[in-house]
Amino acid sequence: MIKGDTKKTVLSDSIDEYFIGVYTAYKFVIRFFKEVFVPPFHFRAVVTQSYEIGIKSLALISVTGFIIGIVFTKQSRPSLEDFGAASWLPNLVGIAIIRALGPVLTALICAGKVGSSIGAELSSMKVTEQIEAMEVSAINPFKYLVVTRVVAATIMIPLLAMYCIFIGLIGSYINVHAAETTSFTTFFKDAFSSIRFVDLFAATAKATVYGFTIGIIGCYKGFNATKGTHGVGKAANEAVVLAMFLVFLEEVIIVQISNWMR
Amino acid sequence: MEKPKLKTTNNKGETVIAIKGLHKSFGKLEVLKGIDLTVGRGENVAVLGKSGSGKSVLIKIIVGLLKPDRGTLNVLEKEVEQLNGKELDELRLRIGFSFQGSALYDSMSVFQNLAFPLIMNVKHLPKNEVEAAVEEALEAVGLKDKAERMPAELSGGQRKRIGIARALILKPEIMLYDEPTAGLDPITSAEINELINEVQEKYNTSSIIITHDLTCAKNTCNRIVMLVEGKFLPSGKFEEIFKTDNQQVKDFFNYNFIQ
Repeated sequence: MIKGDTKKTVLSDSIDEYFIGVYTAYKFVIRFFKEVFVPPFHFRAVVTQSYEIGIKSLALISVTGFIIGIVFTKQSRPSLEDFGAASWLPNLVGIAIIRALGPVLTALICAGKVGSSIGAELSSMKVTEQIEAMEVSAINPFKYLVVTRVVAATIMIPLLAMYCIFIGLIGSYINVHAAETTSFTTFFKDAFSSIRFVDLFAATAKATVYGFTIGIIGCYKGFNATKGTHGVGKAANEAVVLAMFLVFLEEVIIVQISNWMR
Repeated sequence: MEKPKLKTTNNKGETVIAIKGLHKSFGKLEVLKGIDLTVGRGENVAVLGKSGSGKSVLIKIIVGLLKPDRGTLNVLEKEVEQLNGKELDELRLRIGFSFQGSALYDSMSVFQNLAFPLIMNVKHLPKNEVEAAVEEALEAVGLKDKAERMPAELSGGQRKRIGIARALILKPEIMLYDEPTAGLDPITSAEINELINEVQEKYNTSSIIITHDLTCAKNTCNRIVMLVEGKFLPSGKFEEIFKTDNQQVKDFFNYNFIQ
């Protein structure tokens, strides 16, 4: 075969692989929606996964949210002071954290922590035949492993995002309070003065979408991992990269939609 | 070592697995090229063959994990290909599958591993009945004291035993063993062989045992079939197969005994 033909074949195989991947992912998502509303419902497994995803991420979210609140306030103060608008700091921080930073930051942390964990756990179960062991025991592994994790991520990540917003605002308040004597109530009143219902709705909605995305991508990559330890590492890595990419993409789309609604 | 007592088949003509003209390919690689096999009730059949010859593919087809390209497959009087999801699950409850790598759930203790299929398949089963069933299964494999251990804390032989106990918990009529003695030392392998015979004796199961281990095949099986290039050679008792003139079978046997 001549060199040009080889390149053409490699390219054509990559394109085929890409479209097959997209189709498989589409079928995976459709299967989720077909199975999520059909009994049996594994409530206990959802609670366990919610604990794994939500409670076990609290410490990381707390530290990150708190630091972002402090740093963002510290960095914004000089610029606002130049314009004599330091009193607008709570408003600025409120808008930035509630509209964008809180949900996106939570999603990125969870894409790294939760997405990789789901991807690695399921892929390791796949390569050690634990998923097949469930099937031969007449247990639907998709329902038990995938549906429970995606539901838990879709519920817990918006809650974590709300918590991150709150902790971020606390961090910001501590910084503001250190520089000028502002009461807790005044700070929060100012921070929320520029926030409308649509902002809160958009923040919750997008965190829910991010939660679903992180859960389904982690499960998809884990469930379709190839054999061997290489497959486990690859699944965990791809789960994080793809989830982060989709979170940014969804952020752009949702911001656009919420701006139209505003 | 005392020679194990093999239970003679009491099939009375009753067939639990009947395979006819089964074909399976992966891409261009044709693994099974029209194989026929029948297994009677209470019979243990060993399937020997080289690595990658399609032995594990065969038992995965029997339990519905893989679909054949062609051929008929009748298991416990059900045509596997024609079953819907629910019917296939009902059939799977009557088949126990012991995986090569045991496939124990890493995140669960031994007790939870065994209780899991019961809890998921038998609704509203009282806790004491679950405990009793787990205890019975653990007792059958001689590991009653390991209930609270995690799979990572068990040796290879213990993991195999727990895998078999998990397969037994739903009282299957057929057991499928995928390389039950692979990677185990001779003493542990002998214990597993003994366990396979005890399972056949106690639960009257029919079994297909996929193995490379001729000692395992000799000591646990009533009949041996050999898979060569996608087809079964004529089956027979160990002694009959041992005396064959077929060069590939001779090579297989020579390697095991000379090495």
